[in-house]
Amino acid sequence: MLLQALAFYVFAAVVVASGAMVVVSRNPVYSVLFLILAFFNAAALFVLIGAEFIAMILVIVYVGAVAVLFLFVVMMLDINLVELREGFLKYMPVGAMIGAVLFAEVLLGLGVLGAGSATMTTLNSQGPQVPAIENTRAIGQVLYTQYFYLFQVAGLVLLVAMIGAIVLTLRTRPGVRRQKVSDQLYRPKEEVMTVVKVPTRGGVQ
Amino acid sequence: MTIGLGHYLTVASILFTFGILGIFLNRKNVIVILMCVELMLLAVNINLVAFSVFQGNIVGQIFAMLVLTVAAAEAAIGLAILVVYFRNRGTIAVEDINAMKG
Repeated sequence: MLLQALAFYVFAAVVVASGAMVVVSRNPVYSVLFLILAFFNAAALFVLIGAEFIAMILVIVYVGAVAVLFLFVVMMLDINLVELREGFLKYMPVGAMIGAVLFAEVLLGLGVLGAGSATMTTLNSQGPQVPAIENTRAIGQVLYTQYFYLFQVAGLVLLVAMIGAIVLTLRTRPGVRRQKVSDQLYRPKEEVMTVVKVPTRGGVQ
Repeated sequence: MTIGLGHYLTVASILFTFGILGIFLNRKNVIVILMCVELMLLAVNINLVAFSVFQGNIVGQIFAMLVLTVAAAEAAIGLAILVVYFRNRGTIAVEDINAMKG
């Protein structure tokens, strides 16, 4: 139990620290790398609590796809790093104030929830239960039956996102020669070839 | 010393606050703003999974998966818009994005 608590505090500290580094980092590339670190440690927190499937999905989707996408875009855009940092200190007071107010509100909500209602205390005293079946099987049993339509809608969302990203970034440059198979196939016969009657010993005129 | 629901909720709330803070601080850089949105969605996921485990109800993890899907789609579309915008304007500063006068 002590080991679990120690692991939780280590992972939570790394998540929070790397989240802070994402915000304050000078170079966007470092921001992406700290984002990857935050995702890895959040996945470790999920493993610790017993949600292995979500943890692995988090690593695959976020680290494997989203973070690499961010890294690709950051390195592809030729942005001026000095210009990006302008106004950081200007917005610091109002941002810190709003952040502090929001955090205080969240903590207040947590405190009220913990102190006021009996459900929270029972939840806290329960602790993570050892499930009868493993996590992935439990998710599959609910996801493919009760939430099947939501699952399909999620697939549809991904399809729309994929098509949207392709359509947005596709660009047809003028002056680039490409093979157009349909144009080739639909050329009329009369334009392309002529049938000539060749007389004997006359040759083609 | 058991790790309860409150510990996870505290981590998630700190992470969410950092996301909000990042949106306010990085006014020049849309990429970091998108990353901060991802951080906030991660905090939401931590909340969902923590409640799911401590309540013994698996549905929260399914919702976390759906949030993950939407986050991935949002990142793809947002970065595509960003690339097109940079191609047209040559900058990604938020303050210059005022073509729609919104």
